[in-house]
Amino acid sequence: MYTQSARIDPMTAVEIVGLTKTYQGKSAGKSTTTQAVAGLDLRIELGEVFALLGPNGAGKSTTIEILEGYRNRDSGDVKVLGVDPQKGDAAWRARIGIVLQSTKDLTELTVVESLATFAAFYPHPRPIDEVLHLVGLGDYPNQRGSQLSGGLRRRLDVGLGILGRPELLFLDEPTTGFDPEARRHFWAMIQGLRAEGTTILLTTHYLDEAEALADRVGVINHGTLIALDTPSGLGGRGKALAKVSYRNTDGRIVEIETATPTQVVRELSSSNPGELAELKITRPSLEDTYLAMLGPDGE
Amino acid sequence: MSDVATSSVSYVAICSARIRAELKSFFRQREAVVFTMLFPLILLVLFGSIFGSQDEIVPGTPFVNYFVAGMLGASLMTSSFQNLAITIAMERDAGLLKRLRGTPMPKSAFFIGKIGVVMVVSLASLALMLTAGVLFFDLNLPVDAKHWAVFAMVFVLGLTACTLCGIAFSSVPKNGQAAPAMVSPIAIVLQFISGVFFVYSDVPSWLQNAAAIFPLKWMCQGLRYAFLPDAAKAREVTGDWELDRVALVLSIWIIVGLVWCLRSFRWRNRADG
Repeated sequence: MYTQSARIDPMTAVEIVGLTKTYQGKSAGKSTTTQAVAGLDLRIELGEVFALLGPNGAGKSTTIEILEGYRNRDSGDVKVLGVDPQKGDAAWRARIGIVLQSTKDLTELTVVESLATFAAFYPHPRPIDEVLHLVGLGDYPNQRGSQLSGGLRRRLDVGLGILGRPELLFLDEPTTGFDPEARRHFWAMIQGLRAEGTTILLTTHYLDEAEALADRVGVINHGTLIALDTPSGLGGRGKALAKVSYRNTDGRIVEIETATPTQVVRELSSSNPGELAELKITRPSLEDTYLAMLGPDGE
Repeated sequence: MSDVATSSVSYVAICSARIRAELKSFFRQREAVVFTMLFPLILLVLFGSIFGSQDEIVPGTPFVNYFVAGMLGASLMTSSFQNLAITIAMERDAGLLKRLRGTPMPKSAFFIGKIGVVMVVSLASLALMLTAGVLFFDLNLPVDAKHWAVFAMVFVLGLTACTLCGIAFSSVPKNGQAAPAMVSPIAIVLQFISGVFFVYSDVPSWLQNAAAIFPLKWMCQGLRYAFLPDAAKAREVTGDWELDRVALVLSIWIIVGLVWCLRSFRWRNRADG
């Protein structure tokens, strides 16, 4: 059994200390080494919704797959629900739910048949009707996998991920292919799971999704965590100056950076009797902050 | 296996869920059903009719009986080796194996599901082929308990060896799309040199030697013992059925297949590392 190490808190959902992973590969006949994860530290609390952001190739997927028990690490300490994922047994797997990035399987089975097959693997599966309802597949119970659109397939993936009532749910780009309405529905489902106490580790390329769902976001690049904060606090975003802008009577855009935008607007309205053209107050969006963080080359 | 028991989950229920899912998936794929079950039957009827009964391998035994016994062996190989080597390669590519690996399902349950589908498909194929053989080509069923027992032995040992080799071979093609193009030629070549389409003792000896390495030749030989009159052993290379040799070679292939599976089986495709 797992023995508790001094550094690891048993009440933590995910604890990563000094994680490294290097891939040996070959390109153009030469052997190459790629450092996918280079000394990552991260702690995710129970009940938290955590979004891991980062460009493709930053080490996001490798990290997630190490946590899911798919890959072995080179060095570092990793505990997921108190267990080293490399030694995770069936009992541990019953406590986690995994939604992989893209899938093309289960084409011949209907939605209900797939769910029923996987329900047999779990000690306390959710009733299938409940899963259908939660992921919004109530209208398609007897549709075969091959007949589902991309977005509906993704809902099936999520349904299979939450079927076993996981304590920790991994969602790897879960809403790819969703229309805006399906995405809102999905977000509501995640809020529901969170209310039940499920810890969720999410990766996404949609920053509005991270902002809407996550308690905290971590940005990973070149294999290390370069930022870790709440969505509103990331990169000093919460303290960033607001920008008040309007078009003046000469037709020019005037921009005022200020910590007190309300005061600025108040002064503007007393000195300008009419309407201010194109008046706007903006703060840096999560996307602006994120892109600025990664630098000019997007890396 | 250490991961078999999870407190309140029934291993039997998991395996039966897997078998049901495998059977549904197989029989809903029309191409797989045609390729695995109907194609051998069509070959049997076609070649059986073309060769007819003009040639006799020994007096009183037409070549078509020799051919039917060989086709039974080929159909066992199709429902196990070809079926699994191709479908598992495709399922691995589609991400099914990776998905299953992420659940608490014991690994062994996946293989139990595959064995279940191989059993059903091979028994159904045998029933179809035997019926066609008896109806159209005057095939005689095994004459006594010993001949039935040898039939059963070839079925169990041959099917086990081919199942294990099929599971192992699924990791050889680069991806799922490449699988049929790699697996089918191997099966067809083996059928030509192992005593399915031609009398084995008429095949050039270097090809005989090559065929004798693989299970199909020995499966066909055991099936000929089960279905042909004893006098037909005069057309065997050694003039004897060599049943002990049949059992030995198939058993060795079971061990080879098992070790090969344990060493090479992958739950993810190559692009996924």
